[in-house]
Amino acid sequence: MNAFWIILTGALVATSCGLLGAFLILRKMAMVGDAISHAVLPGIVIAYLLSESRDVLPMLIGAAALGVFTTFMIEFLYQKARLQIDASIGITFTWLFAMGIILISLYAGQVDLDQDCVLYGEIAYVPLDLWITESGRSLGPWPVWILSGVLLLILLMVLLGYRGLKVTTFNPEYAAAIGISTVFWHYLLMSAVSVTTVVAFESVGAILVVAFLIVPPATAYLLTEKLHHMLLLTVGLGILIAVSGYYLAVWIDGSVAGAMAVTSGVFLLLAVLFSPFSGVLTQRFRQKAALVPPGE
Amino acid sequence: MKTAIETHNLTVAYNRRPVLWDIDFQIPEGQLIGVLGPNGSGKTTLLKSIMGLVQPSSGYVRLFGQSLDEVRSRISYVPQRESVDWNFPISVREVALMGRYRKDKLLGRLSREDHRLADEALEKVGMLPYADRQIAQLSGGQQQRVFVARALTQQADLYLMDEPFAGVDAASEEAILTLLKDMKQAGKTVLIVHHDLHTAHQFFDWMVLLNTRLIKCGPTASVFTAEYLKQAYGGQLTILSQVSDLVKARDFPIRERSFKDQPK
Repeated sequence: MNAFWIILTGALVATSCGLLGAFLILRKMAMVGDAISHAVLPGIVIAYLLSESRDVLPMLIGAAALGVFTTFMIEFLYQKARLQIDASIGITFTWLFAMGIILISLYAGQVDLDQDCVLYGEIAYVPLDLWITESGRSLGPWPVWILSGVLLLILLMVLLGYRGLKVTTFNPEYAAAIGISTVFWHYLLMSAVSVTTVVAFESVGAILVVAFLIVPPATAYLLTEKLHHMLLLTVGLGILIAVSGYYLAVWIDGSVAGAMAVTSGVFLLLAVLFSPFSGVLTQRFRQKAALVPPGE
Repeated sequence: MKTAIETHNLTVAYNRRPVLWDIDFQIPEGQLIGVLGPNGSGKTTLLKSIMGLVQPSSGYVRLFGQSLDEVRSRISYVPQRESVDWNFPISVREVALMGRYRKDKLLGRLSREDHRLADEALEKVGMLPYADRQIAQLSGGQQQRVFVARALTQQADLYLMDEPFAGVDAASEEAILTLLKDMKQAGKTVLIVHHDLHTAHQFFDWMVLLNTRLIKCGPTASVFTAEYLKQAYGGQLTILSQVSDLVKARDFPIRERSFKDQPK
């Protein structure tokens, strides 16, 4: 049963992160996802201190607020202060993450939270965090319930907002010209990324979150020519990675999150080599034979 | 004639440097209008401020006598080709269908009629055979034609196009030109940012000549003169000498045309 819960958790995180990550990489904002996933730390700590509990809701609100603040700060440094975009991202998230660390160390006595748990949250512990009803019945692990809720929200957003996200991602100027608010869709996406990373954090750790945000969508990007195919393939890959990563971890008796992240890299490598469109080896095999001579 | 676009004291600045200064003009409906001027003269900015994409420091724009929000569905905008990533996973048809996206109906399904209009627009620009291709597989001119098709799909009355002829092959130029003439026939107004003086006086009925300030706005014959072009292009000598040639050539349009129309 443990294996089932761990794989399910991995697949839920992979699906949520992958759907959002697809839009992030198409907007050339993959590293913003990385930045948000670190910069929400002070938000979690502040919410923790204010609410004096480890309830999910205050933490989500704190994290989402910080996530949106992160995107504000990046935009501000980039647009107003005229720094390069990558420099703006680097400054913002290291600074906010460091603020989080200071907060944790200041209130270490009162806060039952440490960097390790945030950065390397352990997916293998998921089956231990059970939701037991008052009558003593177990409803399965907490994280699975919360992650399912988040996934549902993201599915709603992507399905209902598909056209809005698509047009503001592909051609923001045109979207604005037909009266669609690019700012709204930008911050909607960023809030979703913030909430998802925070929820996923606790159960799988920051590194796997970032891996799931970027690697499966990037792999799907190499293999497809249409956005909805890219999204579907991202989801499929995410689930495949969760399953194969888990069994890799069992086989080598190592970290589950690490194994999943490594597996995602292997799939990406395969796509880089064998993609029917841009694969390095595919193109070499094809060479001239498959080319159409000019003028025909 | 009714007025399609009018601007009043339109001033736009980026970082306190004015890009457009006190622009005042009126353009009638049903014309092909060229916006001309040297690099950095504010041509693209003019289009963007008409489309509400940049905020003017002062002044305002009226379209068909109303504000942009009241007539947005009648206006269609074709941004510069460089404004999008052409490696985006999207097909030609999907781009054309974006012309049917509306602010207030982003949710519901696109209708059969929407698909028909998109295909019809692709047909008009000769891109229907490529409808299922990913946009990365097109040439620059074909990409431009897809952008024009998206604008046509919108079924607007006023079209604002930013450099649709830039880096376009001869076939695409021909296709777009023919289309523009059809659009004019149908009573549409088309405002086009254009950089090539050589073709400008053949393409347009009406011109807006800019160099941060408005140099002149009016029918081509009254704008495309050595005097105004000199004012717009200032000391750019190479362009000036070309301009005088062009103006001379324009003085003998009959002979020019008779050469062109000779059967091959």
